[in-house]
Amino acid sequence: MSDASLSASPAQPGDASFGDFFALLKPRVMTLVVFTALVGMLAAPGSINPVIGFAAIMFIAVGGGASGALNMWWDADIDRIMKRTRGRPIPAGKVSEGEAFGFGMALSGISVVMLGLATNFMAAGLLAFTIFFYVVIYSMWLKRWTPQNIVIGGAAGAFPPMIGWAAATGSVSLESVLMFALIFMWTPPHFWALALFMKGDYHEAGVPMLTVTHGRRSTRVHILVYTILLAPVALALAFTSIGGPLYLAVALFYNVQFLKGAWDIWKRDEVMAEADGYATEKKVFKQSLYYLFALFGALWGEAILSYYGVSYGFGGWG
Amino acid sequence: MSFRKPHELHGRRYGRNIGLGIILAGFVALIFGLTIAKVSDESFAVPTQVEGTY
Repeated sequence: MSDASLSASPAQPGDASFGDFFALLKPRVMTLVVFTALVGMLAAPGSINPVIGFAAIMFIAVGGGASGALNMWWDADIDRIMKRTRGRPIPAGKVSEGEAFGFGMALSGISVVMLGLATNFMAAGLLAFTIFFYVVIYSMWLKRWTPQNIVIGGAAGAFPPMIGWAAATGSVSLESVLMFALIFMWTPPHFWALALFMKGDYHEAGVPMLTVTHGRRSTRVHILVYTILLAPVALALAFTSIGGPLYLAVALFYNVQFLKGAWDIWKRDEVMAEADGYATEKKVFKQSLYYLFALFGALWGEAILSYYGVSYGFGGWG
Repeated sequence: MSFRKPHELHGRRYGRNIGLGIILAGFVALIFGLTIAKVSDESFAVPTQVEGTY
C-alpha cells in the first residue's frame, strides 16, 4: 500500500480515536448522571468511605455511558437522519455499529459487577435495571412506538440519585424515590421544549414525538401540565430528612421561574414562535437545565450544612 | 515501502493506545484503592483459623 492509497482510504472500523469512543458515552448526559448520583450519595444518611464513594460514582458514570453507547448502536439509523445527531460517531462513520455494541455491552457488565463489589448489590441491581430500561424499554420499544416515549423513558435518567443513595445505604427510601420522581417529572417538559424548536428532526426520523403525533398546541399544553405537576414533587423534598430552608427557597424560586416559562410557552402559538425564532422555547429549555442543577445543588448544600452542624438538627428544620 | 512521516491514522491509533493505557492504569489504581479501603474498614475481619486446622 502506498502513502497515496492510504491517504485516500476512508476511516475503517478499528480506526476510531479515543475521543470517538468517549463520545459514544454521551459525556453531556453523563455530567447529569454523575452530578445527581453524587448528590444522592452525599445526601444519604451515614457516611461512605471517600474511595468507595469515588469508585461508585465512576462505575455509575460508566454504566450510564454504556447505556448511551448501546442507545447510539440501536438508533444509528435515525441518528443519520436527524441534524442534531448526524455528527455522532456511528453516523459520522468513525465507529462501526458492532464496535459500539461490543463497547456498550462490555462497559455495562464491568460497571454493574464492579459497583456491586465496591458497594452493594442493591445499587448494582438498580444500575443494571437502569441500563436495561434505557436500552430495551426506552430505545428499543417505546421511543419509536408511543408519543409518551419521553414520559416513561425519562425514568432511566431519574435512577442515578437513587443508585447513589443505594450505594451509600444499601436501600431505597422515600427521599430517594422523591429524587427519582423529581427528575422523572422534569424530563417531559424539558424535552418537549426542545422538540418544539428542533422542529423537523423527529418528524423526518419518524420518531413519534408529541409534537409530531398530537401537534404543537397539544405539546404546549402538556409542557404546562407537567410543569404544574412537577412543582409539588420538587417542594415535597424540602420537608423530608434531606431538605431544609435552603432547598425550599431554591425550589420555590426555580419552580416559579419554570412555571412562568411553561405559561409563556402555553400562551404562544406557532406564528409568534416563528416570528422570534422560538426564543421563549429555547429560553425555557435552558432554564430547565439550570432548574435541575440548582435543585440538586441545593440538596447538596443541605447535606453540607448538616455535615458541618450549621443546620438546625434533624432534617435541616430543627 | 516505509512511511517517511507518521500518517494521521497512526496518530489516531497512538492517541487511542495512550488513552487506553491511562484508563487501565486508573482502573488498577482504583481497584488498589478500593482494596485498601475495604480491608481498612472496621467491619472487615480476616476469617479466624481454628487451632489444629489449616
